[in-house]
Amino acid sequence: MTELSAVHRFDTLVVGAANRTAVTAARAVAETPGSVYNPLFIYSRPGLGKTHLLVAIGHAVRAVNPAASVAYLTLDEFVEDYHSAVASGVVEAFRQRYAAQDVLLLDDVQLLGRRLEMHEELLRTIDALQAAGRQIVLTSDRPPAEIESLDERLLRRVAGGLVIDISRPDFETQVAILRRKAEERGAPFGTDVLEAVATLGIESVRELIGALNRLIAFQAVSEAPLDPHQARVLIGGPEVLAHVRAVPPPAEATEAADKASATAPIDHALASKPAVVASRDEFGDFLSELASTLAQQVEPWRTRVGEAILRWEGEGFRTTVLNRLLEQDDPSDADGLLIQYEADAERLLELQREVADLAPDMAGSPALTDPGNMAAAEAYLHRVRESAEPPPAPSPAWKLGELIEGPGNRMAYRAVATVVAEPGTRYNPIVIVGGPGVGKTHLLHGLGNALAEAGLPRVACLPAHEFTQELIEAIDRDAVIGWRNRYRRCSALLLDDVHAIAGRERTQEELFLLFNIFAESGRQLAFTSAVPLAELSGVEPRLLTRLEGGLVVELPAPDRDLRLQVVERLLAARGPEIDAELSGYLASRPADSVRTAQGLVQRVLLAADAQRVEPTVAMARELLEGTGRPVRRAAASRSASLPATGGPRSREKMAWHWPDLADCVIEEWR
Amino acid sequence: MSLVNFAAREITCKIVYYGPGRSGKTTNLQYIFGRVPEPRRGRMVSLATHGDRTLFFDFLPLDLGSISGFQTRFQLYTVPGQSYYNATRRLVLQGADGVVFVADSQARRFEENLESLQNLHENLLGQGVDVRQLPVVFQYNKQDLPSELVLDRPALDDALNFRAVPSFGADALHGAGVFETLKGVSELVLRRLSAGGVAAG
Repeated sequence: MTELSAVHRFDTLVVGAANRTAVTAARAVAETPGSVYNPLFIYSRPGLGKTHLLVAIGHAVRAVNPAASVAYLTLDEFVEDYHSAVASGVVEAFRQRYAAQDVLLLDDVQLLGRRLEMHEELLRTIDALQAAGRQIVLTSDRPPAEIESLDERLLRRVAGGLVIDISRPDFETQVAILRRKAEERGAPFGTDVLEAVATLGIESVRELIGALNRLIAFQAVSEAPLDPHQARVLIGGPEVLAHVRAVPPPAEATEAADKASATAPIDHALASKPAVVASRDEFGDFLSELASTLAQQVEPWRTRVGEAILRWEGEGFRTTVLNRLLEQDDPSDADGLLIQYEADAERLLELQREVADLAPDMAGSPALTDPGNMAAAEAYLHRVRESAEPPPAPSPAWKLGELIEGPGNRMAYRAVATVVAEPGTRYNPIVIVGGPGVGKTHLLHGLGNALAEAGLPRVACLPAHEFTQELIEAIDRDAVIGWRNRYRRCSALLLDDVHAIAGRERTQEELFLLFNIFAESGRQLAFTSAVPLAELSGVEPRLLTRLEGGLVVELPAPDRDLRLQVVERLLAARGPEIDAELSGYLASRPADSVRTAQGLVQRVLLAADAQRVEPTVAMARELLEGTGRPVRRAAASRSASLPATGGPRSREKMAWHWPDLADCVIEEWR
Repeated sequence: MSLVNFAAREITCKIVYYGPGRSGKTTNLQYIFGRVPEPRRGRMVSLATHGDRTLFFDFLPLDLGSISGFQTRFQLYTVPGQSYYNATRRLVLQGADGVVFVADSQARRFEENLESLQNLHENLLGQGVDVRQLPVVFQYNKQDLPSELVLDRPALDDALNFRAVPSFGADALHGAGVFETLKGVSELVLRRLSAGGVAAG
């Protein structure tokens, strides 16, 4: 954008009959930009002060409101700026920049005729500025209707404001201009000299000042003051004298010529006749109205399409489909296409409302503004719907209060309690490391439930392998963005068995992104791992270091005290009286996890149920060590095939996962 | 005549200024000529007598350029007003898409207005044109003259405009009402297009 020239201000402008209306309109615009005459279109032949007036508006606007943003530039600069924006892929920024101006002053728009690609862009700019109550002022060397191939809509926009011209300054104004400029330069000339120059019929102010410059230069080397005759000769030369002859004669002469023109070609007579009606561009007005009538009458579908473009562009929709329609000479079913477009646009409005309800942060997507691509809009809505579904939540079966605290797990439990009290601040992330069955999953879900109970919305808690599976499905359905957003909207992310992401590159990448977002926004992250982080291979260092950067706590194998508490709790569920000998025996059995200890107790209780007796140490010893007699043949033969100390861990896991203990026995038999 | 050519995206429109002698038909065209930028106007042809009266007709072609994608040309004609040039009037009237009846508002010219209007109807009838279908507007010229000399618009409407078509007061010499009249007849002509009343080529 160009700086405003300091000399082009209202107070340096000579106002005469030729430009009084234009100056009045310009002052009104400068005083209350955007509220009157918008757009203001000023046209005149070159050198009559359009640019001066344009820049003066800019100065006056700033004088009234120093904070106002004023952009002055020529159309060529505007075009160049646009092309640069297109080349660098920042067209939207270009549009926003111009739409944000309080006053846009655009010079020499007659060059639009050669810049067909800019019609649409200028139209968009004018609409944006008008919609925001901002001012646009345009200048041209011809009226809008005479700008070559000017888009009809642009023509109508301009006609909707004020189109005003500046005509050649009259004699008095020319003298006033000459006098002021001469005084500014410290070269006073006699009034008769200035009047002599003003009678030369010089067409533009610029040429007038050029003539004055010649007088000043001559005067500087001349001892005697210039007289009118010298001035005429000095400025004139043969070409100016010829020009003088071409100047329309005074009114009296014109009347005489009119009378004599009965047999003369009429154009000569008219050419010499001064315009009687003021400088209003009647022909331009006529053309504008004719264009409007023509659009309505000859091809009424064009009017309907044009109105639809205005309406839907105003609603923020893309109108490429309709613009293409307008480019056709005689489309076979314009109204049908228009009806379809409007139906699609209405549907998009519905989709926008639904998206705004489901996920406000995903509203306003360009995918929802193009009726020409409904498939993309529906796909986007689908993604939004998916992303609006809450991710897996912690299992309500696992509560923190059910955990049994012992010396070994105390540190981990206390850390988790701190996280519940201050989520996202003290220990973020928290990583719980321990072997299988030590209670990591219970602790993680317990943490999740506690966070949810503390009021955190959308706490995600799931195994890492499920996280990966979801991602694979999302990739398969081309719905990764929706899937990602689903997690990004969570207030906490708890991932069980994070060691399972080893070798899963895409999962790690997505987790890394989520990690950063959560960490930066102070949202809690928690992980469990069966593998110590230092031994974890196949995980990117950037993710590993982030995991290590939080609090890593170990959940060790349960000691005898803890096992005793686990056993007693399970036995207490059966009846109020606990066989201390039995519980002591069971707690003393080797078990590297809580789950194993629980499995031992369950087996003993199952056997007792099968025999319909109370469990005893002897029974337990016989069952677990194979030293007692079998109670039932069948049962004995089955249990004989089982390992003495609870069997392989995998079988224990199976028993743990089976909901019905009877089924468990059948499974173990196999 | 072929008014709209959708294939070539062209519109050509012939408008005839009709009315009694000295009512101001040629003045209308002269004023329009004076307001049209040079590249848009063709050479105005006017054949006049020594008494400054139109002998044959005036013809002013206007190239309005591309309007709504149509290359639009208006051909403005005047007819000689004097009663003895009826053959010329019939000739000029042929193929007219619209007529501007320029009436002289002076009370003393009232009868001449009536005669000319009757003549218009006769000539149209002779060419098989239904005057009810043809776009016609009235222009009551010379409204700038002292009010005691002229009839006002309502009076002229009552006397001449019995079909209640659009009418315009005018001072063609100074331009008042000239373009309004042209707009009025143009609009009627273009409306008739949409109603399918004109052959489209």
